[in-house]
Amino acid sequence: MSTLFYSLAILVGIGVLASVILFFVAKKFKVEENPLIEPTEKMLPGANCGGCGFAGCHAMAEALVKNDDISSLFCPVGGSETMKSIADFLGKTAPEKEPQVAVVRCNGAFCNRQRVNVFNGADSCIVESSLYSGETLCSWGCLGKGDCTKVCKFGAIKMNSDTGLPEVDQDKCTACGACVNACPKGVIELRKKGIKDRRIFVSCINKDKGGITRKACSVGCIGCMKCVKVCAFEAIKVENNVAYIDASKCRLCRKCVVECPTGAIQEVNLPPRKPVASVSSDETGVESKVEQN
Amino acid sequence: MKTFRIGGFHGKDYKLTGDRAIEQMPVPDKVVIFLSQHIGAPAVCNVAKGDKVNVGTLIGKAGGFVSANIHSSVSGTVVSVDPVADGSGIKKPAVTIEVEGDQWEEGIDRSENLIPECNLDSKEIIDKISDAGIVGMGGATFPTQVKLSIPPGSKAECLIVNGVECEPYLTADHRVMLEKSDEILVGCKIVMKALGVDTCYIGIEENKKDAIKLLSSKADGGISIVPLRMRYPQGGEKQLIDAVINRQVPSGGLPIATGAVVQNIGTIFAIYEAVQKNKPLVERIVTVTGCYVSNPKNLKVRIGTSISELIAAVGGEPDNTAKVINGGPMMGRAMSNVEAPVTKGTSGILMLSARDTVREKEQACISCAKCVSACPMGLEPYLLYKLSYRRLYPDMESEKVTDCIECGCCAYTCPAHLPLLDYIRVGKAETMKIIKSRQIKK
Amino acid sequence: MRVISPSPHLHGPLSTEILMRDVVIALVPAFIFTVVTGGLQALFVTLVSVASCMLFEWLINSYFFHRPNSLTDWSAVITGTLLAFNLPQSIPLWIVVVGAAVAIGIAKMSYGGIGRNIFNPALVGRVFLLISFPVQMTTFPVQADAYSGATPLQFFKFVPNAASMTPDNYLMDLFIGFVPGSMGEISALLLLLGGLYLIIRKVITWHIPVFTLGTIFVFTGILWLINPEIYANPLFHILAGGAILGSVFMATDYVTSPMNVRGQIIYAIGIGVITVLIRVWGSYPEGMSFAILIMNAATPLINKYIHPKRFA
Repeated sequence: MSTLFYSLAILVGIGVLASVILFFVAKKFKVEENPLIEPTEKMLPGANCGGCGFAGCHAMAEALVKNDDISSLFCPVGGSETMKSIADFLGKTAPEKEPQVAVVRCNGAFCNRQRVNVFNGADSCIVESSLYSGETLCSWGCLGKGDCTKVCKFGAIKMNSDTGLPEVDQDKCTACGACVNACPKGVIELRKKGIKDRRIFVSCINKDKGGITRKACSVGCIGCMKCVKVCAFEAIKVENNVAYIDASKCRLCRKCVVECPTGAIQEVNLPPRKPVASVSSDETGVESKVEQN
Repeated sequence: MKTFRIGGFHGKDYKLTGDRAIEQMPVPDKVVIFLSQHIGAPAVCNVAKGDKVNVGTLIGKAGGFVSANIHSSVSGTVVSVDPVADGSGIKKPAVTIEVEGDQWEEGIDRSENLIPECNLDSKEIIDKISDAGIVGMGGATFPTQVKLSIPPGSKAECLIVNGVECEPYLTADHRVMLEKSDEILVGCKIVMKALGVDTCYIGIEENKKDAIKLLSSKADGGISIVPLRMRYPQGGEKQLIDAVINRQVPSGGLPIATGAVVQNIGTIFAIYEAVQKNKPLVERIVTVTGCYVSNPKNLKVRIGTSISELIAAVGGEPDNTAKVINGGPMMGRAMSNVEAPVTKGTSGILMLSARDTVREKEQACISCAKCVSACPMGLEPYLLYKLSYRRLYPDMESEKVTDCIECGCCAYTCPAHLPLLDYIRVGKAETMKIIKSRQIKK
Repeated sequence: MRVISPSPHLHGPLSTEILMRDVVIALVPAFIFTVVTGGLQALFVTLVSVASCMLFEWLINSYFFHRPNSLTDWSAVITGTLLAFNLPQSIPLWIVVVGAAVAIGIAKMSYGGIGRNIFNPALVGRVFLLISFPVQMTTFPVQADAYSGATPLQFFKFVPNAASMTPDNYLMDLFIGFVPGSMGEISALLLLLGGLYLIIRKVITWHIPVFTLGTIFVFTGILWLINPEIYANPLFHILAGGAILGSVFMATDYVTSPMNVRGQIIYAIGIGVITVLIRVWGSYPEGMSFAILIMNAATPLINKYIHPKRFA
C-alpha cells in the first residue's frame, strides 16, 4: 500500500513541479505579437497552401495586420468573402477579386497527340522538361507526369489515365496557383470562374507555326485567325501562332467554338446547343471532344 | 598508382574500339552547324542565305568574352540560317550548308607533316586558338582561349592534359594519343608556352597501356606521363587535378586556384592544328559504338554531319537499340532526334539495348549510404534527392548542391534504382537560379 | 520507339534484393552449426520466425496498405532470421510468432515499411519478448559441458567470483561455440566468417563492426587492468553474448545506421560504450540489443549534424 502511495505522490509531485516550471518558462520566453494577428489567422482557411505568396496563413495574417493598404493581398482559397470579413475586422478595405479556377490549356490526349518516344527517367514533369522536348512532337503541351497533381493540397487536380492529362475538379479547386507554379510548361492558367461557372478558353499553347502544330497534334491551335474574325467583342487575340480569349471581354456567344477548324477552343458548363442546320455535322464533332474541365 | 581521394567506382570499361584506327568519314552532302556549340554566348551569324563558303570560312563570330568562333566545315552554299532541332528536339540557331566540292580557305596546311617548332609568343598563340574557335573537346565545350587566359591574381604552375577518357565505350582520345602522339607532344609544348609553365602532366588511365608506353617513350622537356588507376569519374577536371598533383579545387572556386590548367587530349590536338597549321576546328574524332553494333568505329567527321550518317557508317542501328546516346553512357544525352548534327563536343555516339539501359522500377530508399560513399564530391545524394523532390531548393544550397559535377555515380550505385541524379540536376539548376537572382539584386 | 532518360544510362550490379540476400547467406554457417550442435529445435525456431515475419508483412501490405507485396526484397527474411538468432532454441514457438508480429507489425510496417523504420525490427521483437517473457527468454538448454544452462554472461553476472572460476580453455570454447546461449551468441568464429563475407561482397563496410568491438575491447580492457578479480577479460566480453552478432549484423542494418562513415564511427563507439555500461553495471547480463536500439534513436540526429568528408 505504501509503495502505491509513494509512487502516486512522486508522480503528482513531478507533475506539479513540471507545470510550474513550464508556466514560468512560457511567461519568460513569450514572444510579443500583435493581438490582431491570431484572430486574423483564424479567419483564414488555414490550408497553408502558399497561394497568397506567403509561406503560410500565419505570415499572411501578419502582412494583413501590418500593411495599411491590403488591396494587393488576396487569399485565393478563402476568396472574396473571407477577405471581406477580414477587412471588416481590421477596419480596412477589402480587395475585390472574382473567383477563379485552374484551367488546363492542353487537350493533347493519347488519341490526339501521338507519342514518338518513351521517357524512362524520374516520374516528374520538371525532370522531363529540363531534359528534352517531350514524348510527343509538340514541345509546348502537357507532359503528363502529374507534377500539378502532386502539389495540389486540395485533391482538386487528378491525372486521367485514359487521356494522360490532368483534370481539375472545379468545386474543389481554390485557385491557389500551386499547380500553375509547378507546371514547367506553363500549361495551367488561373481563369475567371465565370457566371454560372460557364467559360470558354483556347485549350492549346503551342506557339509553333500551324503546319508543325498540325503534325504534332490533331486538336492544337494553328493560329488560323478564324476565331478572331468571328468574334464580335474583340475578345480573341492571336499572338505567336496561338489564340487567347480574354475572359473579361468574352460574352460566351460560342461562335468561335463552332468556327475553330481543329476544335482547340473548349466550352465548359454551357447548355447543349439548339440544333442549327448549317453547322450540325461540324458541331457534333467538336462537342464530342469538349467534355472535361 | 595514383587516383582521386573519395568516391567514384570501378566498372567494366567496354572499350570496343580501342584497337580500331581512326577512319576518315566522307564529306556529307549537307551540314547543319549550330551557332552555339560551346558554353557561353552563342556566336553571331555573319553569313546569309545564298552565300558561298569554303572549308574554314568564319560563319559565326564569338558573341562575347566567353564564346567561340564558328567556321564552316564544308565548301558550298548556305541554304538556310533558320533554327534546327538538336538531339533533344529543341530548336537552336544554326547555319545549313549544301556541299559543293571540297574547297579549303587559303593558308590552311592540310599536309600530314609534323611542324615541331613554334616561334609565337603567348599572346599570339592564344589569339590563334581564339580565331580557330577551339573549345574543350572532352564534352564540356568551354572556350579554350578563356581557360588559357589566366585571371589576374592567379598563377598557372602546370598544365595537366586529360587523357583519362573514363567514360565507358569512348576511345576517341585513346586513338588520338596513339596515332598523333608527336602532334600531341608539340601541342603540349605550345600550351605550356602560352601559359608560361614548364611542367606538364599527361594523365592516362591504366587501361590504355599502349598509349602510356608510347607517350612515355617520346615525352621530354618537362612533359611527364602519369598513369592513373582506372576509376570513374577520373576525367572530371577536379578529380583529375586531385589525382595528378593531389590538390583540391575549393568549393565554388576555379581550377586555377590549384595552379593547374586542364586540357583534354582532343583539345591539345586541335590546338596543334590551329597554331601550326592554321586549321580551324572543323573536324573531330567521334567514337560510334555499342555492344550490338556490327562494325563500331572511330570516325573523323566534319562538324555538322548528321548523326544518322555516322550510324549508317558503322552498319546501322542494331534492331534491339533502345537508346542512342550523344556522348558516353554516364554523362551523355539520350537523343530523341538522330538527324541532329555532330557538334564540337560530340565525343561519341552510343547505341544501347533495352537490357543494358532501361531503368528498373524504383524502390524505397533503404539508407544504405552507397550513394554517399560513391559521390566523388563528398555530397549526400540521398538528402539532395529528397530536398529536390520536395522542392526545397533553398535548403539545397547549404548542402552544397552547386558542387555536384553530375557524374552519375550516385544513381549508378543506388540499389533501390532511385533517380537520384534526375532530381539533383533539377535542384542544382533551380538553386543556381536562386543564387543568380540574389547576385543581381545586390 | 526510342527510349529517352537523363544520364547516367548504365546502372551498377547492386540491387536491394542482392544486398539483403547476401546478409541471409552470411548467417547460414552459424545457423548450420547451431542446428548440428543444438538439435532441430533451432531449425524450428528459425523456420517459424522467418515464416511468420513474411506472413505478417504480406498481410499488412495486402489488407492494410493495399499495396503490392514486398516479400521479394528479402528484408522480412532477414528480420525473421535475426530474430531467431536472438532467441533461445528451447523457446515455445508461439512466443516466436508474437515476437515476429511485434518486429514486423510495430517496428517496421507501422513506420511505412522497408526503409522507413527507426529501430531495428528484429531487436525490437527481441526486447519486447525479453521484457514480456523473461523466464522463457533466459532459459537455455544445457550444452556441451556443465555451465549449468546459464549463458556465459549470465554466469558472470550472477555468480560471485566468476572471474576466478573460469577454466583455461573457456575463451576457446566461446570462440568456436561450445557454450549455451541463443543461436546468435554461440559461434563467434562462424559469425565473423559471415561478417567477412559481407565486407568482401561490399554489403557492409568494416567501420561499424570494428569500432563497436574495439570500443568494447578498450573499455572492458581498462576495467580488467584496474581489477581482474571483478571484471572479466576483454576478450571474453567480445566473444560472449551478442557482441559479434550485434556489431556485424544488427548495428550495420542500413536503415537504422548513420549515412556516412564519420557518423557510423560515432554510432559504433556509442554502441560499444552503452553495451559495456549495461553489461558491467546494469541489471541485465547482456546490453548489446539495448545499446543498438538507443543508438538507432540517435541516428537521425547524427545524420543531421555529421556530414561526410567533402571533396575540398
